[in-house]
Amino acid sequence: MAIPKICGIETEYGISIRDAVDFNPILTSSLLINAYAKPAFKRVKWDYEEENPLRDARGFDRAGPESPIEDDSGLVNVILPNASRYYVDHAHPEYSSPECSNARDLVIWDKAGERILEDSIAAARSVVPSGENVFIYKNNSDGKGNSYGCHENYLMARETAFSSIVKHLTPFFVTRQVFTGAGKVGAENGANACDFQISQRADFFEVEVGLETTFKRPIINTRDEPHADPEKYRRLHVIVGDANMSEISTFLKVGTTSIMLKMIEDGFIADDYSLREPVRSMRAISHDPTCRTTFELEDGHKLTAVELQWEYLRLSKKYVQENGSDDVTDKVLGLWETTLEGLESDPMQLKDRLDWVAKLSLLEAYRERDGLAWDAPKLKMIDLQYHDVVRSRGLYHKLASSNKIQRLVTDDEIDWAIDHPPTDTRAYFRGECLRRYSDKIVAASWDALIFDTGAEPLRKVPTLEPTRGTRERVQALFDASPDASSLLGKLSG
Amino acid sequence: MADQTRKPKPKQEEEEARVEETKAEAASTEDLDDLLDEIDEVLETNAEDFVKAFVQKGGQ
Repeated sequence: MAIPKICGIETEYGISIRDAVDFNPILTSSLLINAYAKPAFKRVKWDYEEENPLRDARGFDRAGPESPIEDDSGLVNVILPNASRYYVDHAHPEYSSPECSNARDLVIWDKAGERILEDSIAAARSVVPSGENVFIYKNNSDGKGNSYGCHENYLMARETAFSSIVKHLTPFFVTRQVFTGAGKVGAENGANACDFQISQRADFFEVEVGLETTFKRPIINTRDEPHADPEKYRRLHVIVGDANMSEISTFLKVGTTSIMLKMIEDGFIADDYSLREPVRSMRAISHDPTCRTTFELEDGHKLTAVELQWEYLRLSKKYVQENGSDDVTDKVLGLWETTLEGLESDPMQLKDRLDWVAKLSLLEAYRERDGLAWDAPKLKMIDLQYHDVVRSRGLYHKLASSNKIQRLVTDDEIDWAIDHPPTDTRAYFRGECLRRYSDKIVAASWDALIFDTGAEPLRKVPTLEPTRGTRERVQALFDASPDASSLLGKLSG
Repeated sequence: MADQTRKPKPKQEEEEARVEETKAEAASTEDLDDLLDEIDEVLETNAEDFVKAFVQKGGQ
């Protein structure tokens, strides 16, 4: 039986300052995070001990770093009250959501990340030189060949063969962009020219499988850094996704992928949908907003992305029928089906649902009203500003507030998630420890908390089981532990 | 006889539906115009320079 699909999303945000000479993105990102984070949380260090981004899931360590990277990770790196990580990575502010137990929760905590960035701009206003204005975009490209990621992470059973993950997930990832794409004006990175394409990221994928994340990007990333018990688990690191503004796009992205991974773990997919040319197909699908492009499977069959997604939906329904469902899974299956129906008959019907269609429909409206050609700078501006996290000027937010985009979660839920962890994963334990005992915690990471109570040597509390540390399991422990020493006493007792 | 009296009705309904549709379309166009006007107010005015200046360091 497949293990629970604990999941998270980490997003590198685009950052810019209007009219700034010598704009330094690392400095500005640090400033934002510093201005936002509360002092009690800032003094807790991020613990890097268990991190090794060069360990490969295929079973070997790489000899050296993939490229000379600027060492910016040590600059600012905080854990927030909602148990997320907020830091500077590759010259971008990055928010890594806390671990969530399902796709709907992840939509909420991912959206909380947008609000945290928005609040950070407000908090930094007092320290940024006057006249400057910070802009933060939840997108994946500057339109000039530079891309930054929105990565998903899923808990997987270690015993699942990596080769079966590669085999079944590659065709799924190549085709899921028809509902996960965030839309983009133009092409990049040597891809064929086009007016508009479905995905922000598709042009940047050059190989099928690999460890890299910043160049020669692979459709399946092999980073083997479980942040959990390495004997039992792996953390599947997914780098092909676009950063989504639409709640439905994020929900479908995480929900459908979670079901796929369960089916792979349970050996449920008997058919082989391997593609003849996954990298080329990925670009071709992205470059066709009519969703009619066909690609060839290794067995010679020709399909469209939507047709292959119908196959996965059919399998998923059968899998769920045999293995049981829950409310979130039912909702995923229902939305998946109506989305595929829409994509099949007329993708533009989904302008109130999917990012790329909402963006395309807005661009078309401007083209018609103002008679703009596809190379008009205004269209690129609309593309960019769709992703602005500041709600008063972000175009996604304009569509949402005019009820032009359907939503899945409420503002109250998002506001709550800014300062509170999910209650049904180990994120709850991390968040509650920080809330209650932050003055006695010197460092923390995904899989450990390190306490200094003064009286004894530093104490490391491992959190290697992502499904434990839930409110149900630890509420009584917290209630009986007025201070860190009593908590540690009970944990070792 | 009954048929004869009923027959014109679907036509009438059809027409009414068509009128409703046209009305809905007009309303939706108006709605869209309002939205574009609203977006005009927040859209960066100097799009060309702004887009040109938006250069990011590559990330993951």
